[in-house]
Amino acid sequence: MGYPHPPHAKESVVLSKHFGDAGARTYAGWVERGGYEGLKKALGMTPDALIEEVKASGLRGRGGAGFPTGLKWSFMPKNDGKPHYLCCNADESEPGTFKDREIMRWTPHALIEGCAVACHAIGAETCYIYIRGEFTEPYKIMEAAVADAYKNGAVGANAMGSGKRIDIVLHRGAGAYICGEETALMNSIEGKRGNPRIKPPFPAAAGLFGMPTTINNVETLAAVPHILMRGAAWYKGLCLSNPKSTGTKLWSVCGHVMKPGNFEVTMGFPMKDLIYELAGGMRPGRTLKAVIPGGSSVPLMNREEAESALCDYEGVVEKGSMLGSAGFIVMDDSADIVYEVYRLAKFYAHESCAQCTQCREGTAWTTKILERMLHGQGKPEDLDLLLDLSDNMTGKTICVLSDSCAAPIVSGIKKFRGEFDAYLARAKGPAVAV
Amino acid sequence: MSAAQGAAPTEAPHEPVFAGKPRERLEALFPKYPTKQACLLPALWIVQEERGWISPAAMAEVATVLGLTPAYVRGVVTFYTMYHTHPVGRHFIQVCTTSPCHLCGSDDVVKALLKETGCGELGTTSADGRFTVIEVECLGACGFATPILVDNDFIESVTPERVPGILAGYR
Ligand SMILES: Cc1cc2nc3c(=O)[nH]c(=O)nc-3n(C[C@H](O)[C@H](O)[C@H](O)COP(=O)(O)O)c2cc1C
Ligand code: FES
Repeated sequence: MGYPHPPHAKESVVLSKHFGDAGARTYAGWVERGGYEGLKKALGMTPDALIEEVKASGLRGRGGAGFPTGLKWSFMPKNDGKPHYLCCNADESEPGTFKDREIMRWTPHALIEGCAVACHAIGAETCYIYIRGEFTEPYKIMEAAVADAYKNGAVGANAMGSGKRIDIVLHRGAGAYICGEETALMNSIEGKRGNPRIKPPFPAAAGLFGMPTTINNVETLAAVPHILMRGAAWYKGLCLSNPKSTGTKLWSVCGHVMKPGNFEVTMGFPMKDLIYELAGGMRPGRTLKAVIPGGSSVPLMNREEAESALCDYEGVVEKGSMLGSAGFIVMDDSADIVYEVYRLAKFYAHESCAQCTQCREGTAWTTKILERMLHGQGKPEDLDLLLDLSDNMTGKTICVLSDSCAAPIVSGIKKFRGEFDAYLARAKGPAVAV
Repeated sequence: MSAAQGAAPTEAPHEPVFAGKPRERLEALFPKYPTKQACLLPALWIVQEERGWISPAAMAEVATVLGLTPAYVRGVVTFYTMYHTHPVGRHFIQVCTTSPCHLCGSDDVVKALLKETGCGELGTTSADGRFTVIEVECLGACGFATPILVDNDFIESVTPERVPGILAGYR
């Protein structure tokens, strides 16, 4: 399989240390590599102390929103007598993002360990790991690892001999990007259509099966055992720029680069180095045109913005976009921005759960308008129409899928207007008389 | 991409899916969830593995087994794109064409797949019933463009040149 590239000298490998090392996939192999020590330590701590440690590390959610993990855990009620649940979000479907897949393929026990630690912190006995249906290979590897962890007593009725019950259940998705949204994911586990729920109530109050629930991304949970073993201060110290962004992070880089792949660097790392050095830079004779840095759901960055940005939550915002899931879609000067924006709009139109009118109609109509522009049938008023639709799609729906569709459209028009205008200038009017 | 078009659903009487082994598999799931309804997605996967697609009669059977209504089950089946509501070819091919893969040439992979399988068009089944090819959204492996799924085999870095060799492995 396509992994690994030997780590680049500028990478800081923590999560990806054992990528490519199939020996790390078994329980025994993981223990040999220092695994399950973090869980052992965690089970000896009180949930409160555990939450404080994660808070102090500065760890923030790696699934898209960057919410502080320790703080999220602290929202779970205490001694309420209800069952609590942990959901692990392994739905990874955001275009440009392919990091959680590698964590599950190479270090499945890192994820199981992280899930077990989080269960202890939030008082949950059951963790559901929701894996997208298309991830057939990661699912098989996780399935074997979970069985191995049960067999060795790391999880189960008496996890690590602590007397605590921690069950890990794998739940397979069936093809729906929207199920990565946290409440849609919960509905999907419950055996429902994956429609996001109106919040409040937030999951910590009423989540999966109506019970207090915490949901975290794969990469977030996999980082937790490292924090426990090496200390919050160590993790917090992994920071090259803004102290609000700490630790290491896996960046998926794809599109027009010579060496696409996952690269783990310390927060605050220069984007320029990530693209030109770690990912091998542009193809011969090509120059960088645009980067969508957060998976596809965030504004496009032009060349100047990308080359001057620092890779952390604040650094990307400063240069006009958002970190999101940290999947870089890199486009060189051969890319047709109008087509790529259209293709993303088509993605969102296909993936809309269709509950909210603004999203159902907005994603469909922006796709159709962009499509007619591409076919030489655009109208002079189309750009204003796209911006108006996008405005109606932003901040007005149950979840942010609709906002995600609007972000590349609005930023594409703003930063690459010339390309849209060129299509309109070439337009020949409708093919059929209307 | 919703389930691909295939031959018209057959009218043969429904042979229950949840007997013997599949039944055991399903019942092993019950203790993992506080409700039976939560076993719906896994139950549908079992049906598809056993029968290749999920017929209206199978939906009704799932409904009975889990204490739901057939209409409810249908509503869930049709929400998720990986469940087939029609029969499909012996080998089901899903190819990613979302932006990152498009940038890396997925259009040419699609063309090669359609030509070599004889499907000719996306969403159709080849005349010999061997292949169905559909276009899907991001498969979460954009750094290994273009990924395809052939049945349960996830194949990375597919190029038009590799297509004939890959297909030869699926009779
Ligand atoms: C449309 C949509 C899709 C999402 N897809 C994913 C996903 O595939 N994986 C993920 O971890 N988070 C995804 N999220 C974010 C989750 O809702 C949630 O914020 C995250 O899983 C929380 O985990 P974290 O705090 O560890 O980041 C998505 C959000 C939206 C609105
Ligand atoms: S866009 Fe093709 S796998 Fe992500």
